[in-house]
Amino acid sequence: MPMRAPRENAIWIRDLRAGGPVQAEALTDLRGLLLRGLATSFQARGDTDQAFVEDVVQQALMHILDHLEQFQGRSRFTTWAMAITVRLAMSALRRKRWQDVSLESMTAPSEGAPAWDRDDTTSPAQHAEQHALVETLSRLIDEALTEKQWMALTAELGGMPVEEIARRMGSNVNTVYKLLHDARQRLKHGLETTGYTAEDVRSAFA
Amino acid sequence: MALRPEQAKALIAKVMGTRDQEMTCDECVADLAEFVEVQLTRKPLGDALQAVHEHLERCHDCTDEYHVLRQALAALAEEEGR
Repeated sequence: MPMRAPRENAIWIRDLRAGGPVQAEALTDLRGLLLRGLATSFQARGDTDQAFVEDVVQQALMHILDHLEQFQGRSRFTTWAMAITVRLAMSALRRKRWQDVSLESMTAPSEGAPAWDRDDTTSPAQHAEQHALVETLSRLIDEALTEKQWMALTAELGGMPVEEIARRMGSNVNTVYKLLHDARQRLKHGLETTGYTAEDVRSAFA
Repeated sequence: MALRPEQAKALIAKVMGTRDQEMTCDECVADLAEFVEVQLTRKPLGDALQAVHEHLERCHDCTDEYHVLRQALAALAEEEGR
């Protein structure tokens, strides 16, 4: 049987909107393509199996069909569809990986005073610079950040995905990203106002 | 606020890398397909896609998605070329 020529973007959209056997055939082709791409990409990972990949692709197909009008033609249609599928897959993996971790456990203060011992690679002068910089930063956190900003920032520093922070805060990714951005801007501005230049900071931690 | 050393270092790096205007994760995802295609064909990035590149330097979640998408597309391209 001769191999079918790849569909152009407009043909994908037309066929997926067609209904009936034309749509069914396009969906079958797209499903196969997404399954092969995602399965290959996840092959090296130990945290997924074929059932997970098939489930994600099924969800992705429904999402794609519901959002065809959002395709702007700035990439191949199949790349756009794969990007959606990857997003759904990674989101599911993040949710699974972090499901038992609370925001409170990420932001709980450590027991005792933090150890700022000098290691062999740091000169006494550099160690003093680091110490002064961190003291300034700690003061700025207390003065310039809201409790919510510090909570989100600490969770992010601990590796919690923004999406998971947002879920726990009852918010969304964009809002939390903006919250984090504002927090970083306040700290950066605070350091600059205190007299620290980017070069000072670089040399303290070089 | 008592910062642990590794926490302080990571925070300082994030703070000093902050720009006035930053792309959000949703904006990055909207441009990611185009960004990966341009990267795979080794064409130069325009200004809009440069913002994606900068976002990826800051955002671990989007970087993860970028790598998975790139691998998936490379696998399909190889399949097409066979």
